[in-house]
Amino acid sequence: MNAITVLVKNLADQHGRERQNLLPILQGVVEQEKYLSEFSMIEIARELDLPAAEVFGTATFYSFLEHKKMGKYIIRICKTISCSMKGSNQVLLTIQDMLKITVGETTPDGYFSLLQTNCLGFCHQAPAMLINNDVYTDLTPEKVREILSVYMNKKKEGVTDVQ
Amino acid sequence: MSNNYQLKRVDFIFKNENDWEEVLSKNLSHTPQELINELISSELKGRGGAGFPTGLKWKLSAEAVDETKYVICNADEGEPGTFKDREILSKVPFKVLTAMAICGYVIGAKIGTIYLRGEYFFLQPELNKAISEFKYYCDEIKFDFTINIFMGSGAYICGEETALFESMEGKRGEPRNKPPYPSSYGYMGKPTVINNVETLAHAYTIFNFGAKRFYDLGVQYSRGSKLYSVSGDTPKPGIYELELGMSLSDFVDEFGDGDTKAVQVGGASGFLVPRKRFNETTIGFQGKLTGISLPTGGSMMLFNSSRSMFNVLDNYLVFFNEESCGQCTPCRVGCQQLLRGIKAVKSGEKNAQYLDKLLRLAETMQYTAKCGLGQSVANSFSSIVENFREEMIY
Amino acid sequence: MEKKIKITINGETVEIEPGTSILDAARQAGVIIPTLCFHKDLCIAGNCRVCVIEIAGQKRLSAACATPCEEGMEILTNSFKVRNSRKHIIELLLSEHNADCTRCYKNGNCELQNLASEYKIMTQDFIRLVPFKNYTIDMFSPSIIKDDSKCVRCQRCVRTCAGLQEVNALTVAYKGDKMKITTFFEKTLNDVVCTNCGQCIIHCPTGALVEKNYIEEVWDAIADKSKHVIVQTAPAVRVGLGEELGFEPGTRLTGKMVAALKRLGFDAVMDTDFTADLTIMEEGTELLMRLKSVLVDHDPEVKLPMATSCSPGWIKYIEHMYPDYLDYLSTCKSPQQMFGVLAKTYYAKARNLQPESIVSVSIMPCTAKKFEANRPEMHASTYRDVDYVLTTRELAIMIKQAGIDFVKLEDMHFDRLMGESTGAGVIFGATGGVMEAALRTVYELVTGRDVPFENLNVTPVRGMEGVKETSILIENPLKEWSFLAGVELKCAIAHGLDNAKKVMDSIVSGESDYHFIEFMACPGGCLGGGGQPIPTNPEIRLKRAEAIYAEDAGMPLRKSHQNPEIIKIYKDFLEKPLGEKSHQLLHTRYTTRKRY
Repeated sequence: MNAITVLVKNLADQHGRERQNLLPILQGVVEQEKYLSEFSMIEIARELDLPAAEVFGTATFYSFLEHKKMGKYIIRICKTISCSMKGSNQVLLTIQDMLKITVGETTPDGYFSLLQTNCLGFCHQAPAMLINNDVYTDLTPEKVREILSVYMNKKKEGVTDVQ
Repeated sequence: MSNNYQLKRVDFIFKNENDWEEVLSKNLSHTPQELINELISSELKGRGGAGFPTGLKWKLSAEAVDETKYVICNADEGEPGTFKDREILSKVPFKVLTAMAICGYVIGAKIGTIYLRGEYFFLQPELNKAISEFKYYCDEIKFDFTINIFMGSGAYICGEETALFESMEGKRGEPRNKPPYPSSYGYMGKPTVINNVETLAHAYTIFNFGAKRFYDLGVQYSRGSKLYSVSGDTPKPGIYELELGMSLSDFVDEFGDGDTKAVQVGGASGFLVPRKRFNETTIGFQGKLTGISLPTGGSMMLFNSSRSMFNVLDNYLVFFNEESCGQCTPCRVGCQQLLRGIKAVKSGEKNAQYLDKLLRLAETMQYTAKCGLGQSVANSFSSIVENFREEMIY
Repeated sequence: MEKKIKITINGETVEIEPGTSILDAARQAGVIIPTLCFHKDLCIAGNCRVCVIEIAGQKRLSAACATPCEEGMEILTNSFKVRNSRKHIIELLLSEHNADCTRCYKNGNCELQNLASEYKIMTQDFIRLVPFKNYTIDMFSPSIIKDDSKCVRCQRCVRTCAGLQEVNALTVAYKGDKMKITTFFEKTLNDVVCTNCGQCIIHCPTGALVEKNYIEEVWDAIADKSKHVIVQTAPAVRVGLGEELGFEPGTRLTGKMVAALKRLGFDAVMDTDFTADLTIMEEGTELLMRLKSVLVDHDPEVKLPMATSCSPGWIKYIEHMYPDYLDYLSTCKSPQQMFGVLAKTYYAKARNLQPESIVSVSIMPCTAKKFEANRPEMHASTYRDVDYVLTTRELAIMIKQAGIDFVKLEDMHFDRLMGESTGAGVIFGATGGVMEAALRTVYELVTGRDVPFENLNVTPVRGMEGVKETSILIENPLKEWSFLAGVELKCAIAHGLDNAKKVMDSIVSGESDYHFIEFMACPGGCLGGGGQPIPTNPEIRLKRAEAIYAEDAGMPLRKSHQNPEIIKIYKDFLEKPLGEKSHQLLHTRYTTRKRY
């Protein structure tokens, strides 16, 4: 647990301790931990001397600041109109079939989480998805199987970073 | 259709970035008033969708009396079907940075921030490189202007200017009451110019080549060119720079797949134009253009006859239900009522007349919502329900 | 003075100060624009959109509360567009609202009900959204019930808790159709930093936030022949009760209130003001002891300034936010709790009653008192000292339920033994009152003279300013108190937890040089408490304060130490202030709580 305290302190040293520094700090914790636990929010509240409720209320406003435990790789598949028209649903079903989880869930090994998101800005190369910060476009069921296989193989090989 | 309303391709945005250092120093030798005049005479209007005259915006902030002012580049591109700002920031970032710096000079701001949507996180490394290089040059010519990036975290509403300020201030992105306006009370309560990425890119063109070159493009009230993000049922998806004032039928001739049933102009908060109205619709700001003139952020989504307009509207309403900030009654509850309403009519739980009640509700949302999001839901709702009523009914 | 501007409202020209909101300008012109999220105590939100009006030349409507007037504006408050829009807004609010009014605690006093009634919303055209939501009710707090199904998301409670009180237990969370008002990680109110002050209840327009009521329990106790039910009433209740029963704010109804309580069936009707006087004896002596310890003995264990401890909202606040400073609090219990413990010891003995047969009820302007009565250490009588706490509002409900025609009641007096009080006791209900009462007694104790203010009215401590200060120079004290000669006794008064924070921060930083501070959780003091009639706003608080001071001025005795029942209780039971009995029964300890 102490690792979070250190992380928060470092982020606060880096960005500052004013209210306007809250978002970068929240993002910094999510970047590393993939989500904001109750403990991490309290640590942030403590470090910035903000009420815990304010930290919670601000964080929950933003879709990318998850407050429920997330997997190592968060898949966000776009469900807005252009991607929807080009078959994002089929891609979603493929992912669900491969990972055996549905939207909002995390695989038991804590590796993948599956979420839907709104327009990613790749409408001309639809369907599109994010895996953490990486964009994948022109998706098809086959292509997404390939992409996810790469991630899953790296996991078997014990590699921590994938691209 | 007269020659004026044809589709005309141009290529200004993605060219001529290399001499940005010269453009910057050249313009810093003019007075702020001269630069404002140049912008005003170009008749450049905001390219994010709202279309506010850019010269006037800079003028108002320049006139505001305050030691501290800010320049913000709104890169929270989130309107469905829009992806042009991403391209500008990847391909010609120095244009944006230079225009921001000139704006800082004009209004008296020393800090410029790019509010970059969280989904574009991957743009950061290259953008940061450009920013460093830019800062290096500014230091060389002893011009005090620093640019930084502020990351968003997944909230479409933060593209609204006052919600953006709230977000930058570390709060929920809930739009503020207007007045006061950003030119007097913006980020941290200070006078702020907030411009869309593309607007800044066009400003660069004007500062590089003069207002006339920009003004000569387009039509009356809609001067200049615009980037269009084309997607959907089209053989040519992508980004295209076209002069403003084109007719929609020309557009469909160029970009349709031969079976275009409707075009969504301006994303989910824009208007759906059915085939029968392509001829009488032009893309531009208000004015004496024939028929309907539609302002837009440039999102153009084409639907062919295989597409269900009910599914399209459903998709938009789900989007608004999720992305609304939720603070004001007409938007928060109105969006829920519209979504459940069309589902109920489609499933037969409510009869077709209920659609008229929903149309009136959408109108109320337009009149009473606190910000542009709630005010714009009626655009797509009314245009789809009125033109494709038969597809809404069981 | 800026030049006035001219606008027209519904065709009538009005001259107003520039910058006035359309809402205020309309009021000046005699036009009432309905509102919901607007409240005089709070910052402007402009989110409910109920107050929208039409400005000629503008297609969109504007929120009257959030739009300043400009020269030449032509405003329409009841045009076709406005009427239709407003109707829609109310219908939308009703569609996401649990509109089961007959079963709602706020039935008859709900702002949404009023709007629906005014606009005659007779049909439910829109789809009912309530079944699709997972609305929850939080009933875990002993003081407050939070029912999400009745929330109109006006954010008044958040603006109160965060803006007015600066407690920040409540927040807005999520967005879109999931937007809701909740707490940190949606915990129950008793599990976060909520101080139970109840200001959120005072500002909530609907039944989303109400007090936990104990009306049925009290009726049951009264009906139980084997029980002897005693009731005590706080000073602020007698100047607020009238508002619930059709009287103007600030009407003094002490005599009628006592008569009503007797008619309700209480076996003894006594006065919290009595124990207010007692608190002054104990706390005044404690202050003098502390002054001696610090100024003469230089004891590092003893802390100054001493802070009052009768406001349980304030106590929970300092326990959460400044747990290292609990030593600064007076160890005295609040008058309510002192009364409770004496009821089951002193009173029981005097009346020859078994303590376990006594049910001790209090009527308070306060919701935090419900929490206070529940505190584990409040069992000094070996029984629960105060069994049930009712707010002013609950008492009014009981009076109406009993069919008492309040107006026709003849004045009656409190019962003996713990029913006598002085003016010093009654002013506890206003901010500055505890300080004034303490000064009246302490100054006389130390110097033998009356406190040096005309008619004993220590006016510098009165009024609605957030933090008030005063100091009294002690000259020519009695021999016993000679160490205080030349000492300028510095006092401060803070009301509203935002002001408590200001003062506490000055203590933490070392800036403060006060000796004695009165802290009240609620704006205005207890008269603006979380249990008082709704609405409560700045004008109403002022009227209640006027009534309290008028009550004080009209009393035969105005200093706590002159109260004959006080003299008697020391003689017969407690022996002396801060004596062994007092320590056992009338003093308490505090708990450290988490800040986040």
